[in-house]
Amino acid sequence: MNTRDTDRLKTLLQAALPPTRDDLPPRDLWPELRQRIASAPASPAPVSIPWFDWALAGGVALVAVAFPAAVPLFFYYL
Amino acid sequence: MAGEEALEQQIVLDFRAGDAAAFEALFRHYQRDVFRWIRRIVRDHAIAEDLTIETFFRIHRARERFDASREFAPWARRIATRAALDWMRVHRPEHGMPDDFFAAVPSASAADPVISAEVRHRVAAALALLPPKLRIAAILALIEERPQKEIADALGITVAAVKLRVFRAMRKLRHYLEQQGIRP
Repeated sequence: MNTRDTDRLKTLLQAALPPTRDDLPPRDLWPELRQRIASAPASPAPVSIPWFDWALAGGVALVAVAFPAAVPLFFYYL
Repeated sequence: MAGEEALEQQIVLDFRAGDAAAFEALFRHYQRDVFRWIRRIVRDHAIAEDLTIETFFRIHRARERFDASREFAPWARRIATRAALDWMRVHRPEHGMPDDFFAAVPSASAADPVISAEVRHRVAAALALLPPKLRIAAILALIEERPQKEIADALGITVAAVKLRVFRAMRKLRHYLEQQGIRP
């Protein structure tokens, strides 16, 4: 992909979705934030990891051990 | 200037110690920057406001982990990017894009007249199909034209990784567009 291709794609993207302008400021968000903090529990609930995720992680680890050459490919598509 | 920096440093230290007034001062000072950054990514005013609240909520939760010797703004921007990325993962294009996303596609008179409205809509739709990580990189680098170092800091990756993500995003975009008969 050369510079001309990149420029062409950039032109198409910017024609479709022009860069944002800083015209509209947000409303005053402080009251909502304060309420959100006040209503949140003091300590977050412990994270539970589903069994499927563990199985998936185990499978990936096995593949990595069995086929080390696949590791760079895995990271590329991650 | 030195006095201002010392004051901000003190506010950051107070915030880290859990001082509510210091947190409000930081919020009022940085909320617009955080909002603008998120708005660039999600391209929807109302969603950017909600994510700004989510970002500062996370900042409040993580205050003890903040390294007071570093600047507050890049840290806030990284948390904002993470919040936007989480939102993009939940709101995939098959579930519908935000109203402002396609509303931002300009009319023929407002944009390059050589590129038709239909092509612009297809390009926006193709962009929406990109995986969130690649979409963020493409939006910030190609549409918003932010410096690669800034994008890298916000995503918590290296400049080389940003270049790779932008390259992969462009390759996928070209593929999606060519499938629709558009040769970029």
